[in-house]
Amino acid sequence: MGLTGLFLITFLIVHCGLNAMIFFNDGGDTFNHWAHFMGTNLIIRTMEIGLFLFLLLHIVQGLMLVSQNNAARPVKYAVNKAEKNSKWYSRSMGLLGTLILLFLVLHLYHFWVPSRMGGLGSIHALEETSLPSYAGQEAHNLYKEMLVVFQNNIVVVIIYVLGVFSLFWHLLHGFQSAFQTFGVNHKRYTPIINTIGVLYSVIICLLFASMPVAMYMGWVS
Amino acid sequence: MEHYNMNLTLKVWRQKNGKSNGSFESYQVKDISSEMSFLELFDVLNEQLIRDGKDPIAFDHDCREGICGACSMYINGQAHGPWQKNTTCQLHMRAFKDGDTIVVEPWRSKAFPVIKDLVVDRTAFDRIIQAGGYISVNTGNAQDANALPIDKKDADAAFDAAACIGCGACVATCKNGSAMLFVSAKISQLSMLPQGQPERETRALNMVAQMDKEGFGNCTNTYACEAECPKGISVANIARMNREFLRAGMNSED
Repeated sequence: MGLTGLFLITFLIVHCGLNAMIFFNDGGDTFNHWAHFMGTNLIIRTMEIGLFLFLLLHIVQGLMLVSQNNAARPVKYAVNKAEKNSKWYSRSMGLLGTLILLFLVLHLYHFWVPSRMGGLGSIHALEETSLPSYAGQEAHNLYKEMLVVFQNNIVVVIIYVLGVFSLFWHLLHGFQSAFQTFGVNHKRYTPIINTIGVLYSVIICLLFASMPVAMYMGWVS
Repeated sequence: MEHYNMNLTLKVWRQKNGKSNGSFESYQVKDISSEMSFLELFDVLNEQLIRDGKDPIAFDHDCREGICGACSMYINGQAHGPWQKNTTCQLHMRAFKDGDTIVVEPWRSKAFPVIKDLVVDRTAFDRIIQAGGYISVNTGNAQDANALPIDKKDADAAFDAAACIGCGACVATCKNGSAMLFVSAKISQLSMLPQGQPERETRALNMVAQMDKEGFGNCTNTYACEAECPKGISVANIARMNREFLRAGMNSED
């Protein structure tokens, strides 16, 4: 859980960093340049396979934890004041993970499917979203696709913000939890790790949530 | 502290044996002193039940001074009741007020089956200790204690881990029914001392294997165990156990 989690945490930094290029507000030029690089670079594409495998492994490990841990307490307590001894989000990682997964299905359908499957299942007209060429290769205008998805649909924007909200709580527990699993619990370093974990969760999620909101509000166009 | 008497409603889990289904029974108790221990409340209730010709409630207790770990009761949704760093025997009735309803359940864990009422079978912990929670001692005269230099910090940390009384509140509290705090305290206590070195690696592997075999759940780092532990055992021990387990796995030859 910790190993796959930390890998996904690293992925989120790259994902969030590149997406934040939309805030250059240059009609998506910088963003599309990097999106094209990510979509065509062989190393990145190989890592993409690894990413899906790790995501799958993370889910499988989560399901195994849930089933084993449920079996460890066949008779539940009639009265249980769990809020007196632990944080709600640390006890709700399965629920939060499921919410993130549901969001992820929609998210992949919006961006990954059209850009990888060459328009298969695309919800938008391809002619509009294709760039003429990038060094001789045809490239997707992912930036335009973001605009199409977010600009006119408040429901989608709300779903994205809620998805990121679930991600925030998941990360808030997951980040520090991964280090404890690896045996890192130190008088001096653990408070630093915990602070980094909180900052990471806040910054990543605020940035992610601001993207659909900024596009909907027309701050980025 | 001001003394007062109270009337209470108790909802207690009654279960004839491990095979039967249990259920809650309600009891009224009167004139309970705020200076009583929670176990003395049960003594009073049991005398009342015996007078009425009913079966008294079975519950574990031994030292009644907070060091044996026998008094396993899940009181109003918390292991050993509402006070932190506290056992049931040391929970005093001044934690409650007149007219309160108190719900009392046994530890709920697959690895701690109910024997009767509030008494659970915690021999799973004994089997984990037997799997590796010991050290080699040569026969003959005892060595001079000063012959083994031990860093003060290590001695203190080992002693903190050794404060675990094996009550099982960590398992009872954990949403996953995990025994990691108990096992990690026992592994930590010995791994930090020179006497514990000969079996250091087999101990970590065998005790963890036995823990899994007993049917305890997995740790998801909610740290509820530390919050409810009567001896304040730190989850830093769990991280140490993870390190010990990793180290032992790397060094093992099979």
